[in-house]
Parts: sequence; C-alpha cells; structure tokens
Amino acid sequence: MTSTKKFEINKHRLVPKHNLLSEKEVSQLSKQYSIKDIPKILVTDPAVEELKAKEGDLIKIERESLTAGRTLFYRRVVNA
Amino acid sequence: MVKKEIVEEEKEKIDEVQEKDDEVLTPEEKSILKDSLSRETIETTQTYIVKRVAGVVFGVLSPKMIKKMATAKVVTPELYDKEGYPVDGGLMDIRLGVIDPGLRCKTCGSKLKECIGHFGYIELARPVFHIKFIKHIYDCLRCTCRECGRALMQDDKIKKTLKDYAKARDIDGLDAVRYLVKQTTKLLKTVNKCPHCKAKQHKVGLVKPMNFKEDEKKLTSIQVRARLERLTDEDVELLGLNPKVIRPEWMVLTVLSIPPVTVRPSITLESGERSEDDLTHKLGDVVRINQRLFENINAGAPETIIEDLWDLLQYHITTFFDNNVPQLPPARHRGGQPLKTITERVTSKEGRIRHNLAGKRTNFCARTVISPDPMLGINYVGVPYSVAMKVTVPEIVNEWNMAYLKKFVEKGAKEYPGANYIVRPDGKKKKITEETKEAMLEELQPGYRVERHLMDGDISVFNRQPSLHRMSMMCHKVKVLPYKTLRLNPVVCAPYNADFDGDEMNLHIPQTEEARAEAEILMQVQTQIVSPGYGLSVIGCLQDAISGNYVLTRDMNYTREQAVDLLCSVGIMDFKKLPNKKTVTGKEVFSVLLPDDLDYQGVSKSGDQVVIEKGVLKEGVMDQKSIGGEGEGLLLRTLHKQYGPDATIDLLQRILRLGIEVLLKRGFTVSYAETDLPQESNEEISKTLNVAEEEVQKIIQSYKEGSLEAFPGRSLRETLEMKIVEVLNKARNVCGNIIRKTIDKTTHTFIMAESGARGNILNVVQMSACVGQQVLAGKRIEKGFSERTLACFKKGDLSPEAHGFVRSCFKKGLNPREFFFHSITGRDGLMDTALRTPKSGYLYRRLANAMQDLRVEYDGSVRDAGNKIIQFKYGEDQLDVSKTEKGKINIKKIIQNA
Repeated sequence: MTSTKKFEINKHRLVPKHNLLSEKEVSQLSKQYSIKDIPKILVTDPAVEELKAKEGDLIKIERESLTAGRTLFYRRVVNA
Repeated sequence: MVKKEIVEEEKEKIDEVQEKDDEVLTPEEKSILKDSLSRETIETTQTYIVKRVAGVVFGVLSPKMIKKMATAKVVTPELYDKEGYPVDGGLMDIRLGVIDPGLRCKTCGSKLKECIGHFGYIELARPVFHIKFIKHIYDCLRCTCRECGRALMQDDKIKKTLKDYAKARDIDGLDAVRYLVKQTTKLLKTVNKCPHCKAKQHKVGLVKPMNFKEDEKKLTSIQVRARLERLTDEDVELLGLNPKVIRPEWMVLTVLSIPPVTVRPSITLESGERSEDDLTHKLGDVVRINQRLFENINAGAPETIIEDLWDLLQYHITTFFDNNVPQLPPARHRGGQPLKTITERVTSKEGRIRHNLAGKRTNFCARTVISPDPMLGINYVGVPYSVAMKVTVPEIVNEWNMAYLKKFVEKGAKEYPGANYIVRPDGKKKKITEETKEAMLEELQPGYRVERHLMDGDISVFNRQPSLHRMSMMCHKVKVLPYKTLRLNPVVCAPYNADFDGDEMNLHIPQTEEARAEAEILMQVQTQIVSPGYGLSVIGCLQDAISGNYVLTRDMNYTREQAVDLLCSVGIMDFKKLPNKKTVTGKEVFSVLLPDDLDYQGVSKSGDQVVIEKGVLKEGVMDQKSIGGEGEGLLLRTLHKQYGPDATIDLLQRILRLGIEVLLKRGFTVSYAETDLPQESNEEISKTLNVAEEEVQKIIQSYKEGSLEAFPGRSLRETLEMKIVEVLNKARNVCGNIIRKTIDKTTHTFIMAESGARGNILNVVQMSACVGQQVLAGKRIEKGFSERTLACFKKGDLSPEAHGFVRSCFKKGLNPREFFFHSITGRDGLMDTALRTPKSGYLYRRLANAMQDLRVEYDGSVRDAGNKIIQFKYGEDQLDVSKTEKGKINIKKIIQNA
C-alpha cells in the first residue's frame, strides 16, 4: 500500500519557503544578531528534514505577512 | 530587674547558637544563619550595612536548620494559662514574638510591632511527608535502587548527563536543564535492574494524595526516608536537585517549623473572647496529635492505634500546608467553612501575591461617578470641591513663595484654597487646625513643605478601568468645580471607553516635580490623539457636535451679526476671515476656525468630495468621516500631522463648541412625524412585502413538490432556508431604498444618520417600514415546540411569519407573535454581551501577561526578557503605526508636499 512517491512538503502552498543559509549569509547574520538569541527549530521538523540540515545550521524562512507583504525569518536548527 | 533577666537570657541564647554552630552544617546553611542573626543586630543597634544581592538560592530547610532557626520548642497544645498569659512551650509562647501590647518578646526584648517574630519547632514523633514535595519524593523513589540506594544509571553515564546539564544551563538557561531532568527521570523509571548492585527493582506506586506502595505493600514514611538518605550527592544532582541546599530526605519531615506568632495573630472580640488564627488552630491539632502519638508509642500501644494516629498527624500536617489537596477532605471550622492555611494565604486572587504584592493601592487619589461637560477643555478634568480639599499637592517653601504659601496655611483645612498639613524638613508631619494655625504661621520657613489643596491647573492622571491601552490613563489639568462628580469633556469618552450610565473613574495627583513633568510631557490628552493601535485619531467630535457641524456646513445661512455671535461663543475674536457680506454661509463660518494654509481633500460619509483650499471649506460637508473620532476623522489626522498636537486639540475643541452652539441656536429634536411616509410609498412598501411573501410561498411550494434544486454542497432544506432569507432580505432592502428616495432630507433623523452622528437608515426603515427577519444563531428562528416555533402555528409551517419575520414596523406596532420573536433575538443579544465580556477580558489578560516584557530593541527587533528574538523586524514592516495612517504610509501625500 505504501506509495513510492514521497509527499513533498516544501511544495505545499501553505508551507512557507525554507532555505539553508550559505556561509556568507551566516557570517553576515551573526554580525547583526547573537546566534543564541535566534529562535530555534527542531531538526525533526518536516520542513527542516527535507533540507537535510544539521544542528547549528541557520534557516531562512520567507513568509507572507499581513503587514509587510513578505518577510524574512531566521531559525537555528537544534537537536531535540 | 526584669530587663536584666532578658539580657542574660539573650546572652545564653547567643552562646547556645554559637555552640551549636560547630555541629555539622553545610557552609550554605551557616552563611544563611549568620545573615539572619546579623539582621537582628542591625535592628537593635540601628547601624545600616549596605550589601549587594548577588543571587538568590532556593532550598529546603534541613531538620538541623529548623532547630537552629527556632527560638522555642513547642510541646503543649495549650495556648494560655488561667490568667490569660501565654504558656511556655505553647503555640503562643512569647519567645515566638508578641502580639499583646505591653508584653515584651523573650527572644529579642522588643515590644509589639518592634518584634518581627521568631520561628519555633515541633519534634515529630514519626516522620511525615511534606505534601508539596510528594511528586519529587515519588521521582526519587522510582529512579533509585531499592537495595543500594544509587541512581539506576551507570557511573560514566551519570557523569555525562551531569555535564549535559551544565552545558544546557550555560547555553539555554534553567528551563533547558529542567527539560533534561524530566527526560532523565522518564528514562530511569523504566529501568528494572540496578546497574550497580544488580538487584531487581520493584514497582513503586503513588496512592494519591500521599501514600506510597511497593508491590501492593505500603511504604511507610520511615522506610521512604531511609531510602532517600542513602542517595549520594551526585545522584541527587542527577535528579535535578542541588544537594547542598536540598537533600531528598529533608522532604520527609522529622521536625516541623512553627511560624512566628506575628504571622498568625489572634484577634480579641468585642466580648473579650479571643479568636485564634486558622494557622494556630491547625498547629494546635498537629501538636495535640503529635503528643498523643508520643504517649502511645512510649506506652507501647498496639500497632493499629499508632498507625491511625500517624495517619492523622500526616493529615493535619498536610492540611497545615495546603487545605485544597484533591481527594483529601479540607479541614473545617466548627461552622463548616474551610480553614485558610499556608497555600491558601499565598495563592489565588485574594492571596499574598496577587492581592498584596501585585495589587496596587495609592494615596492622593479620588474615585467617583463621572458626568459630561462639553464646556470643559478637552485636557481638563472637573474635580469637586470636596475632593480638592482632601487631596493635596506638596509645595516646598522658599523665600519667594513664602507669602503665597502662608495664605493657604492661614485659610486652614476647612476653607477652600487652603492647606491640610505642613511638613518640617526632618519629615515630621503636622495637621493644620484652628488652634495650631497661628504657631504654624510663625514656624513656617524655607525648607518646610506645605500640602495645599488642589487648585485649577494642577496636574493629574485620570484613569478608567479596564486599562487596556495607554489612552486609558491620560494626564488632565484640574479644574475645581461645584457638585460631587468628576467632569470630563465627552470627546475623551472614546479613549477611556466611558459613558455616563454610572461609570466611575479614578484621579491621581502626582506628588513630585519629576512625576508631574513626566505626566505633562508624555501623558497629556494632546499627545494621545493618534492611536498607536491603528494610526488614526481616537478622539474626535461625537453626536451633537457632528450633526451640528453637518447642519452648519450643509445648509445654514446667517446674517453677519449672527455669525459673529456664534463665533464669539466658540471663543474666536478675530473676524478677518469672515467675508464682509450681509449674509454668510455656514461653510464660511466653519472656515473661520481653520488655519489659513490648510489644504485637504477627502470624502464625506455619503461619498461626496470634501475640499478645503487655503483654509477655506470650498466643497462638501463636515461629518463623521472628517471630524469624527475612533478611527475616522481624517481631517483631524491631517491637522495633527501638519500643526501638531496642541493646535489640533485646540481646533477640535472649537469645532466641537461650534457644532453644539449651532444646535443650541437652531434647535434639534426628533419627532414622531418624521417616521411618516407619503401614501404612495406606504403602498409601495406593502406591495413589495406582499410580493416577497408570495414568492416565498412559491419556493415552499416547489420544495414540497420536490422541484426545488439544491445548491451545490447544501441539503434541500438548507437551500430552501437560504432562498427564503434571501428573498426576505431583498424585500427589506427594497423598502430601504424606497425610504431613502422619499425621506425628507431636512428631517433630523436623516441628518443624524447621514452625518454619522447616531443611528443609520436601517433604524429609519425599522421604524417606518418593516422590522425584518429576526435571526438567531445565523438562522431563522427554529426553536420552540416540536416542528413549530409557537403553538399557534401548524406543524411544519415554513412561512415567513412562523419563523420570525416581522412584517410590521415599530411605528405601526408588532403583533403578539412578532413581538415574541423580536424579544427572542433581543434577549439573545443581551445574554451574548453578558457572557462575552468576561471571556474576552480574560483572553486579553492572558495575552497582555504573555507579552508584557516584549520590547523593541535599537536594532528594530522585538525581544523578550531573555533577549531572545521574537520578531526580526518590529511588526515585520518596522513601521511605527502612530506615524502612519491606518498602518500605511501615504506616499502620494508625501510626494505632493515635497
């Protein structure tokens, strides 16, 4: 009964875009904010699993916002 | 003689303590003990030692510590002897502090109110669980070996886990450690073989509220304590406790600390009888049962009797800590009401924290009913004389204001601009009375303080609960007025959400120069015009002021004399702007108020253009959309941006007064005749309604025949309902249009609706045409009897009149059935508001508490108290809403003005 085709969570229209931050972007961001202040996200989060992120990686989330139209949000990957 | 004794005893006491100090106590305990002693030294010697608090450690008192802290051992449940003197070794022992005037404390030698009280202790005959630690004890038992007392984990693993704890504490704080501890305990619970001694583990269960079982056999508190004693310090740390301040066996009590008498004072009733505090009652029970248990054990009584007494002791000590333990009957007074013991004193709304610590009460404030006064300045508050003479303002005497302040002292406390107290530079306060007045006038000199009565122009902070936003507390200037209510300009009703059906408000008078400056600069009404919630004006004209200005700018004409008269009453003395004609229009009169360089373009409520050029109203009328408050009033917002808060408030005050003056001179009433309709429209209305009802009959017919087609996703019945409601609504809308067409534009009902002052056309329709369908829970009325709404209808009747369609208008009157349906929805609405208000209030409270320490940092991010980021940009768009219009920046306007 199990289908071979995996459900691609990041393609769903209700899931905001998740992207791994490149090293350059990480260093830029860490200049602006102290890394430990950045909100966390679990490695087991389905959207993160898809990206194959490791603990300590930073993730950029592009969300739709009522006030700004579109907004960037960052999260730090943590282990459970 | 007596004094000497006390001194000697005190010495003995200190020696005793020092001797005891050498016994085995952890360094932490020693330092706590040292500090507590030095505090008493401070109080007796009156020298102050300033120290910085480096941290707070929470721990559990060890039995040794309890004995060290104690000044007396309690051995007898008796309170007083025959003379009414506290018994030595009783619960009211005077070594525990004094609550009688005249007695001296045996421990510190001070009198009532000077002595803060001292702890005592009871030696318990058998150990007893502390109810508040039951869960921790349970965890400790399940996570340790029953044979060797070690944690059920290999040594190297323990080391690793402890390192993880330290790491988590450094990075993520205590909450993270707690989470890890939870994980550890969860893991250890499942281990059934000790890795140290290989013993098989049995299942330990908790029988609520406070009994432990191992394999269906009861574990006594002695057994439990013995097990907990065997835990090593390392294992204790593994379970999340700091063994330096919490040894697990301390959670099973062997001695009970007795709170000082001052914590549980007795009250003397009028009859001279003494009534003891609930805590004293409870402690009496504990001591009595403890004594009995001792006797029975010594006498070698049978095990069952001892066990019963032991359980009883456990019950009394449990209820002493917490009288609301589930599955345990609360201890009660003879009268039947439950005792208020320690937990009840601390928790809940009436508890120490929410009532005494978080509850805020102040002096120099007043509270009464409010009433409106449109003649009062917008940033003023009317204060009754009776209040002004009680609430005072301190003024420091200096060379230059001496004569001025002496006048107040001369008048005294009973004549109005007087003074109630003078305060000497050393802080001694003296009341001004007829007798002392003369001497005080002599005494007064620079450095003294005079607490004079409240006067016009003083600064005050005005507030109405619930204080949901910052506009709920604004700074007003005082205007002292006769009568007994606090008066405010109706314009500020909106930010306070006040009306005058009996609302009360609070007034506070700042007492220092700094506080006054802060209130005046940051909190005055002017500074609060634009709401930080939606970036538009919260305050603006309302009701009469709107309809007045609407009438004025729409169709009033005045002779020049009348116009000058009108403007004078508003406070305008400069008539340059008024055209030099014999008759002037209302628009021209209104324009006199506006600044000369104002340009404004907007729309009125009815959708027409409103144009102001160079400070002259060229086109359009003034209505809710231009000068109203609460998120409308675009003209006010423009004024605020261009001319600043003070000018806006000034202009608003003038506009308000002008509107009211116009109505005062012109007259403004509503009459019964205004609801009259011409014969033709009456006929037209009844025709439309008839047609609609026929149409509904047809739909019902098709439903019954089965020819009705269901909408996609709906059942047949639902489709029918939707169609019926649609037809009936359409009919009423047609009625509305008929009325709109025929209504006399000069009727005051129409003026009010059209200007947005009060009401709308729908209200007119309901009065003169048709009240319409009554809706309950989004449907036509269906409830009542089986298959019908009222007994006068046939079963299964689907017609409009059987389901709450009110065909009549209010003027004609409703028939009994219609009246009943109408009152159903009326009652439902009433219930709804009554139930919704507290619910949404609580929801708001939770939100406010959750967000109370969020702040915007200088880098534009929103962070919480732990400096964690909540939003990377404030509001995601980084806009200050109060500098926008409805949360948006009007770029067009910026370009235009550039």
